Amino acid sequence: MASPLQCDLCGKPATVHLTQIVNSKMHKVDLCEACAQAKGVTDPGGFSLADLLLKASLSPEAAAGSAGECPGCGFTANDFKKHGRFGCPRCYRTFAGMVAPMLENMHKGVRHAGKVPVKALERRTLLERVAGLEAGLADAVKAERYEEAARLRDELTEARRAAAKPAPVAPAPSPVRR
Amino acid sequence: MTVAALLANPSELTDTASSKCAVVLMTRIRLARNLAGASFPGWCREAQREEVLARCREALGATAAMRRSVNVPVAELTDLQKQILVERHLISRELSGSKHGGGLVINRDQTVSVMINEEDHLRVQVLRAGFQLKKAWNQIDGLDSELEERLDYAFDPELGYLTACPTNLGTGMRASAMMHLPALVISGQMEKVVRAVNQLGMVVRGLFGEGSDASGSIFQISNQTTLGESEDAILKRLGSVLQSIIEHELNAREKLIEADAPKLFDKIGRAYGILQNCHQLSSSEAMNLLSLLRLGIDLGLFPEPIRAVTDRLLIEAQPGHIQAAARHDLDSVQRDALRADKIRNEFAVVARPDYSLPTKE
Repeated sequence: MASPLQCDLCGKPATVHLTQIVNSKMHKVDLCEACAQAKGVTDPGGFSLADLLLKASLSPEAAAGSAGECPGCGFTANDFKKHGRFGCPRCYRTFAGMVAPMLENMHKGVRHAGKVPVKALERRTLLERVAGLEAGLADAVKAERYEEAARLRDELTEARRAAAKPAPVAPAPSPVRR
Repeated sequence: MTVAALLANPSELTDTASSKCAVVLMTRIRLARNLAGASFPGWCREAQREEVLARCREALGATAAMRRSVNVPVAELTDLQKQILVERHLISRELSGSKHGGGLVINRDQTVSVMINEEDHLRVQVLRAGFQLKKAWNQIDGLDSELEERLDYAFDPELGYLTACPTNLGTGMRASAMMHLPALVISGQMEKVVRAVNQLGMVVRGLFGEGSDASGSIFQISNQTTLGESEDAILKRLGSVLQSIIEHELNAREKLIEADAPKLFDKIGRAYGILQNCHQLSSSEAMNLLSLLRLGIDLGLFPEPIRAVTDRLLIEAQPGHIQAAARHDLDSVQRDALRADKIRNEFAVVARPDYSLPTKE
């Protein structure tokens, strides 16, 4: 084995070897334990991501390859490699193939086991139901199925009332201050 | 409420010291949340960021907890105000640097602060003095539930709350404790502790998060992972890690006294001497001396009421707070002088340490 690598900062034998890709350039750093500690390199929160991203980028483009661009925000897999952050919530579906293996190294599990925004989800379900009923009603009227239309109209009134109860998502008036 | 009024108001961190906070100075929990249908702040057009800001400010202003809070765009704050908020752990350095669309909502007693358009659309934080994981969680959970009535969160049944960075997926929760660990530092055990804590899936950082140094022997310990476990399970795991660090610190203190009490008392006595007589004091030296004094209080060398003074000064000796107390702009030498004056005056009345009764805690 060659002579041990020396710490880039103080010349002592290096025990921490870090490779990081920043703007698609590879940077290698060798540090002794003391300097690594001082620079916060041993902090896994700060650096494990870089590590994980590296792994992700080494795995054949395959995972993300077919995904191309996120239809929600125009984000690409390359952008993720550059920023380490996604563009929008929808990116997680667009790049699902790339996300899944990353999560295994990153977290305790790959399935959410915590809090669920019940009210927000209920509201979304209700709004979807309203939209569905509206479409159904329009169809029924068009096809002159009046009995069905009357039933749908009643259901729609009911659903609209339920959907309107929790604070409506109205366009923001002038923001509150002080 | 204005920012100026907020900063003049007593805050959770500067005014609630008690011996219950012997090792854990404060507990924080933050939740990362995003709005469905909008790009994350870092990838967002300016117009959309402004729209997100307006929606979030409105939703927050409508909650019971935040109705009468400071609720402003970051752009309206002066650099000094931002610095003070950073020093109080109420906003991040990243947010204080944001130009467009950044916002903050902070309640009167400064236990709740919400950053808008930082890395995520919303970063909700609750901060409590002492070791208060349960209390902090109940408070933040309540506010979060209230917010979800007004905002459509980006949520996926499989991945949980969707966040800009995949390291925050799932619960979006980071819980942390600010710990004062002087004996572990003096006895050279901190490295070992950091390694052990890492293996348990927790992270150790300096006072101001990633990459910051641990002056004053103050460390932040938090959960590393956010997906695959419930909030409750994460908090339980963190709580037991914290508990065992507390025990290690207290053991280390006992051992230091058994092994070489004069050496330890010498450190504390010198810190007292300098705090009472200094005329030039940098903020990192102040931090280290105050930390030793705090250890002295824990050991019974100084009376308990001094703790409140010490804990307040740990915050107020920082550069932004010192500048705020002056009428004109100070350079760092002038700041060191003003800091020394302030601290010297505060400690002028503190009686000499009583070395005869170091009691076990």
